[in-house]
Amino acid sequence: MSEIRTEPVTINLGPQHPSTHGVFRLRVTFDGEVVVDAEPVLGYLHRGSEKLAEGRTYVQCVTLTDRMDYLASMSNNLAYVSAIEKLAHIEVPERAQYIRVISVELQRIASHLMATGFLLNDLGALATPLMYCFRERERILDLFEMLCGARITLSYMRPGGVFQDAPEDFWPALDTFLRDMPGYIDELEGLITGNEIVLTRTRDVGILTDEMAINSSITGPMLRATGVEWDLRRANPYEIYESLDFDVPIGAIGDTFDRYLVRVQEMRESLRIIKQCVQRIPNGSVRTETPYFIRPPLGDVYSAIESPKGELGFYVVSDGGISPYRWHVRAPSFINLTVLRDMLIGWKMSDLIVIFGSIDIVLGEVDR
Amino acid sequence: MEIPLIGSLDFLSVQSLISSFFPDWMAYLIAGVLLSFMVINAMVISTALYTWFERRVIGRFHSRLGPNRWGPFGLFQPLADVVKLMTKEDTVPESADRMVFNVAPVILLTSTLLVVSVIPFGDNTFLGRLNVGAIFIIGITSVNTIAILAAGWASRNKYAMLGAMRGVAMLVSYEVPMALGITGVVLMVGSLSLYDIVLLQEIPFWIVQPMGFLVFMAAASAEMSRTPFDQIEAESELGAGYHTEYSGMKFAIFQLAEFMAPVVTAIVATVLFFGGDRGWDPVPGQIWFISKVFLIIFLLLWVRATWPRLRIDQIMAFAWKGLFLMSLINIFAVSLEIILLQDPVTGLLEPNDLWVMSAINWVITIATIACMVKIFGKRKWDRPMPKKSPLANMYAEGD
Amino acid sequence: MYGVGLAKGLGVTMKNLIKPDRMFTVHQYPDRKIGLLGLAKMSNRNPVSYLLAQPKMAVKALAGLASVEDRMPQHSRFRGEEFSWYEERCTGCASCAKYCPLGIIRIVTHPSGQMMQEGDKYILDVFDIDMGRCMFCGLCVEACPYDALHMGSGFEEGKYSRKDLVIDKQRLNESPKRPSTWFRPQIENKGFDPQSDSVLKWSEAGRHEKPDVAHQEEKWVKR
Repeated sequence: MSEIRTEPVTINLGPQHPSTHGVFRLRVTFDGEVVVDAEPVLGYLHRGSEKLAEGRTYVQCVTLTDRMDYLASMSNNLAYVSAIEKLAHIEVPERAQYIRVISVELQRIASHLMATGFLLNDLGALATPLMYCFRERERILDLFEMLCGARITLSYMRPGGVFQDAPEDFWPALDTFLRDMPGYIDELEGLITGNEIVLTRTRDVGILTDEMAINSSITGPMLRATGVEWDLRRANPYEIYESLDFDVPIGAIGDTFDRYLVRVQEMRESLRIIKQCVQRIPNGSVRTETPYFIRPPLGDVYSAIESPKGELGFYVVSDGGISPYRWHVRAPSFINLTVLRDMLIGWKMSDLIVIFGSIDIVLGEVDR
Repeated sequence: MEIPLIGSLDFLSVQSLISSFFPDWMAYLIAGVLLSFMVINAMVISTALYTWFERRVIGRFHSRLGPNRWGPFGLFQPLADVVKLMTKEDTVPESADRMVFNVAPVILLTSTLLVVSVIPFGDNTFLGRLNVGAIFIIGITSVNTIAILAAGWASRNKYAMLGAMRGVAMLVSYEVPMALGITGVVLMVGSLSLYDIVLLQEIPFWIVQPMGFLVFMAAASAEMSRTPFDQIEAESELGAGYHTEYSGMKFAIFQLAEFMAPVVTAIVATVLFFGGDRGWDPVPGQIWFISKVFLIIFLLLWVRATWPRLRIDQIMAFAWKGLFLMSLINIFAVSLEIILLQDPVTGLLEPNDLWVMSAINWVITIATIACMVKIFGKRKWDRPMPKKSPLANMYAEGD
Repeated sequence: MYGVGLAKGLGVTMKNLIKPDRMFTVHQYPDRKIGLLGLAKMSNRNPVSYLLAQPKMAVKALAGLASVEDRMPQHSRFRGEEFSWYEERCTGCASCAKYCPLGIIRIVTHPSGQMMQEGDKYILDVFDIDMGRCMFCGLCVEACPYDALHMGSGFEEGKYSRKDLVIDKQRLNESPKRPSTWFRPQIENKGFDPQSDSVLKWSEAGRHEKPDVAHQEEKWVKR
């Protein structure tokens, strides 16, 4: 019996699509239902952040960093601000470091909640887990509103610390949150982790081996899901992470389910970190006085932190003036996307959406 | 006890009422038109109410309110939807096959509505009393497949055709378990007429044949393309399926048919598995019927709100490997039990025999599911312990 | 066994359906529908006496047409649109304009010839903030050394044309001054709530009182 001759068809998973997380275009070639080739086309959200930064002063650039990975503003702020502090040798008071760690870990929980919720939305669960994740995220955003008056584009950090201390009603609200959150995470896991349909859709789908991950400079939960235990908070500690006690969750094979599970476990670890910070936070000032227009000495610096998406690094070159000479962002979502094609080939159309959702990218960061 | 006015609302009595004024053939016509008009209106209005109910309840599952602006508790929301859809532009693609394009939604709606014509709502409340009601239902629901294929084909759209092909494959393969699930019930009753099925349900049949009930509900969910089997209209994937090119009133008819399907399935499941209008006496039979339908609709909604969807090849595998096997085992077991337990003289089954059968069937159900999981699925669902990769060097010295 | 995970998921969803404290805290802005029981509770009566006392409203509520105003609770630090600006405190130094990342503040002054011992008091001709481009980052508020500019707390500044979005000096002067406590610890320590109807005077909005001439001579002139 001779084979039926089939022809591969190229379809545009266009910039406007309900389940690409932002304006992301993917030109996929299908042979029947199996993916043969995938070509990502980026740049639909490019705003020229790096060039804009050359025209703004160092403190004004903090507002630019908010809007890159708009779902994890605190991490962006922290990465940039720690780069400037390294460059200009600015000391950060200890209370500021504790508040920074609390904010970043809260932001990590919020970002992972979004990632999990949208992964399940792509799986087709009719937005029920998404709504539960968003309900919890609303509480975190209310906490952020107490801290700095805004919910998403925060601009909370400045070189030299945090720019304003937490109000009086922040700490009881944080305690309530810490008390309720583990129960919610358990409930979310009960809804999703044991669910046979989720397991059938995500187990052994989109496997990324550890060798391939390291060769492609993947970082973040994607790398940890393959089994490589690499976390910048342990490998290269910044702020006060050295004195904190937390585990780094890793996965077994590196498939979609492992990535989801690593994110859920990271949420629990973040809760542990916040609890320890709340117990140990000292009193004091939260900001060293810096001039409005900071002039760092000549030089360059690369400083990276562990953002919820991966390793977020800032490379800043200073020429002694009030604005940076060159400013480059190592965006984790962009680098994690380079391995998309290899992960997609051989899988079916429905798996494409699921694998893409499990990488957890934010287009603001990919395109800057 | 029956509510007297509604109780005598069947075709023959209405016809005899009218034939006192008109000649016989005209009475037949008028009675038919009148009753059909009432039943169709009732079905459409209940579908509209069902859309409202679904949106409110799924909203509540999501910890949010559903629609609540139009009318008290948002009850006018379906009206607002209809008005919106009516005022939309009714586009037909230029290269589309016009006649098939226009006719496809109507076929879908008609085949869904026709199922109601053989259902006994009460002792004397029915539209028609076919003595092959079960096969009629199975046959009429197969026409859905043709309508979906017609819609996808007539759109001349790559993605619509893709969605329609997938849909047809899925719908055709789920006909088999549905028919076999109904066969289990028919075997026990000995006749295909739905009226007899209701009459002989001393114990509701979902207790007596749990596996048959599960198979039927799963197959019926897939026939209606509801989660977890709604791959063909998965909006978060490529295109919107077979109704991509439809807008305006034709789309409204598609949505009406899609939302009428759960109501109709619930009605059929009530008759087959829950006893129709049987209940305890002070409450009239129609109220029992409606509350059982309500219960099954809520069950379907609950499932829809909770579980994600399966991939198309997993859906087909589930139909042919899972449901087909289970329904065959069900028929086998039921036939054996009937042969062993039936009264040698009359061929009927006593209620005691029914209890014995249900006990055996529950044991068989649990054993079958456990065995099937062991054979088919265990390998995928156990989780290996995470082990550290040797390539990690977080604690290494240097640099 | 197959189905345990599925059943557990069903249980979680049912729990969220039944328990009443699992809802989003829903605030329907600007108004929410209210039924007869809600209206009765608001006026502290039981429903029957409310029906007798205000029959028209009660019938409207039963028909689903009664609605009542609803607002989100905001923290006092919320950075909203509208700015609170005190002309009495502003000296026209334009630090806010220099610090704005987008450059949307436009200030034009001319010397007035008054208060020459302090350097001069400038008269402001133009003080424009373009809200259409503003991202409400608050760097201008952070920059103001005299606590003259504060963030507002509203968010209902939608207009029909872009020209109307530019706040000029007259509008800044006329709007009620309910500054948000963002970066203004002195206002926060007073317990001022911008959501309430109270207005803050210019003398209460600053970090410190204006020093008298002797103090000024000691601190600045004699250095």
